[in-house]
Amino acid sequence: MSGILEVKGLTKRFGGLAAVDNVSFSVREGGISGLIGPNGAGKTTIFNLITGVYKVTEGSVSFSGSEITNMEPFRIADRGITRTFQNIRLFKNLTVYENVLTACHMSAKYSIPEALLRLPRYLREEKALRAKAEDLLSIMGLTERRDVQANNLPYGLQRRLEIVRALALDPKLLLLDEPAAGMNPDETEQLMRLISEIRTRFKLTVLVIEHHMDLVMRLCESIVVLNFGQKLAEGTADEIRGDPRVVEAYLGSGGN
Amino acid sequence: MDSYILGILMLAGINLVAVLGLSLLTGFTGLFSFGHAGFMAIGAYVGAFLTVSPARDVPGLGLPLVVGILGGGAAAGIVSWLVGRITLNLKGDYFCIATLGFGEAIRLVFNNVQRFGGSRGWPLGATRNPQDIWVILLVDVVAILLVANLVRSRHGRNMIAIREEELAAQVTGINVFRYKMVSLVTSAVLAGVAGVLLGDYLTFINPKIFNLTKSTELIIIVIFGGLGSISGSVLGALLLTALPEVLRFFEIWRLVFYGAAVILIMISRPQGLLGGMELTPAGIRKILAERRARQALRAEAAREAEGGSR
Repeated sequence: MSGILEVKGLTKRFGGLAAVDNVSFSVREGGISGLIGPNGAGKTTIFNLITGVYKVTEGSVSFSGSEITNMEPFRIADRGITRTFQNIRLFKNLTVYENVLTACHMSAKYSIPEALLRLPRYLREEKALRAKAEDLLSIMGLTERRDVQANNLPYGLQRRLEIVRALALDPKLLLLDEPAAGMNPDETEQLMRLISEIRTRFKLTVLVIEHHMDLVMRLCESIVVLNFGQKLAEGTADEIRGDPRVVEAYLGSGGN
Repeated sequence: MDSYILGILMLAGINLVAVLGLSLLTGFTGLFSFGHAGFMAIGAYVGAFLTVSPARDVPGLGLPLVVGILGGGAAAGIVSWLVGRITLNLKGDYFCIATLGFGEAIRLVFNNVQRFGGSRGWPLGATRNPQDIWVILLVDVVAILLVANLVRSRHGRNMIAIREEELAAQVTGINVFRYKMVSLVTSAVLAGVAGVLLGDYLTFINPKIFNLTKSTELIIIVIFGGLGSISGSVLGALLLTALPEVLRFFEIWRLVFYGAAVILIMISRPQGLLGGMELTPAGIRKILAERRARQALRAEAAREAEGGSR
């Protein structure tokens, strides 16, 4: 079985420490997959390797059948992989609308001279970009907050805005790094619905790192478990829940 | 017009050209440069070489001022591209230090090249031409339009994204290196053009004019006017070029008062005069919309708090 994202023998060493050690897994197109593991297991490092933020020490990452290992981050984004961050990284001093508008940039092709001279293509494409940003805001229920500066938004909406900004790139694969971190159960519930909705609506594949076990078990169709940089298990939610190694790594021996 | 006032206006207009460039680099792209006097020096010397009459002691090519402006700007742009290749991968403060070193190195080069007068300087020609105020004004208008149109495009927004959050900009598909380069080269071209105009205005150039103090002066104007604001840069260039003249009254103490005035204003308004705002119809609409949105948010939070306590 081959997925939209194939990770093979992925290894990242920082000096002598292998943060990620020979990890292989595949992400099925159109699904929602989970990446779980205790703190320091290497989950975010894997996201950084997939998106080109870190250089891969060994192994390979391929996306839609072509290799993307060690490509520059902006090229990987161009191929259709985008992400959110564990510690939110919005364009803080810009408004909600400007955050999304900025991220829409890949839908326009006009050059710098065309912008300087305000030629027809600039005007036409810029109009389309603005319409697209407004559309996204309205689909994602942020129209009312359009003119709020990103760092003045309530926490939950900041997370949501980060997802909207990622969607503005028309990605095929969306990587969510602890999207429910710091959320109350109510907000977490909303987030779960949101993730399922956008998956269908934007025909996405989603890979999510999460600590809320409840969210992961209910949302993800397949789960990869990491521990100390290595893959511990892979399977469906039920398989993972019943796996004694996972229970031990995650909850400690002695159970729930 | 009084030639003294005219002189100050010309100088403010010349400073504005360099400040607009630095505003793009620092205010919109988030890269601090302490070497822009170096780019001005390159512009000034290349411009002088192109325009000074071949009959003078230190001869030039005797071409028209327009050629000097284009040539000086282009030369500064080319050098900045080379500098950018080497330094733009440096993070934050390290880039800043590299530009500082570059600015001083350029000054020392001109100090030692005897062909252009070395440290004695280079007398460029006859007296100042008051008509050149029109040239300066035209260049100002072109520079403002250039920077404003760039900033309002997707390319400018990508630069702002880099200023705000470089890592997020990268994963949003922005070629960070390329946009930093575009910003640096554009700002260096403008600094070079300002250098040509300054030489033309002073009718004499010498390497000392382009020392670290000049670079710092430009940075101060940009920060004083407000980062991320073109209208702030315009206002800053006008006010801070005129300020030392107003303070002449204090004689030898005037630069002390200049420093004190800048410090006072920065303490009372750390974001600068117009940080992140524009004094244009669209800019004012945006400020009002943001204020409304903030109030709505606060009102909602207050309602929720009330509902929760009940």
